[in-house]
Amino acid sequence: MEQTLQDSVLVADYIKGDEKALELLINRHSHRIYSFIFSKVYDKDITEDIFQDTFIKVINTLKRGNYNEEGKFLPWVMRIAHNLVIDHFRKNARMPKFEGSDDFNIFSVLGDQALNIEKQIIKDQVETDVKNLIDGLPDDQREVLIMRMYKDMSFKEIAKHTDVSINTALGRMRYAIINLRKMVEKNQILLTN
Amino acid sequence: MEQIYTNEKLSAESLKPKKSTIEFLLSYSKALSVIKYKKLEFETLLN
Repeated sequence: MEQTLQDSVLVADYIKGDEKALELLINRHSHRIYSFIFSKVYDKDITEDIFQDTFIKVINTLKRGNYNEEGKFLPWVMRIAHNLVIDHFRKNARMPKFEGSDDFNIFSVLGDQALNIEKQIIKDQVETDVKNLIDGLPDDQREVLIMRMYKDMSFKEIAKHTDVSINTALGRMRYAIINLRKMVEKNQILLTN
Repeated sequence: MEQIYTNEKLSAESLKPKKSTIEFLLSYSKALSVIKYKKLEFETLLN
């Protein structure tokens, strides 16, 4: 009761121009108000901001002489803090911010599928190398490989198209792969992205 | 490896505004003056 009375006296003194009264009020209630804000937002920097905004509102209201809740200083300040906490969450709801924690990072599951410049260059190089290797194959093997891998034809279709048996087409494909591997090994080409 | 799920307990001492915040508020209060003239309200903030 005594403190409530003192609060109202301090508020009255402050309105009259006693700046020291404000310092006493802030020091007296800072811990409760700060703890209240922190219990809602769990972030020291945001708590500090809201605490400051709360007292700016208190100062503005008192200086304008708009304060009319004599004797209920702390609940009034708490309500201002509460409203500012709500404002803070509303603002964040409009602009949600997701921050990855140490245990889980959203970007480990959400990725940009497009290749970055470096990977695109590597991919282009690999494709050029493969193209050059294919060009180095004997004609019959190259023909089968291109039809199978790039034109997605079946071996039956390839056999028909090249006028050979399926087994011959399969054999040419096999030798094409073996020869490509040999060329890669011989020229020490790295075909990985 | 075992995971520790407990958070570091915040001491009551640490749940206080920074000294600089309070100093700012006191300076703001000293700098702000509201002058009322008839129905008009003037607000001045002196540095």
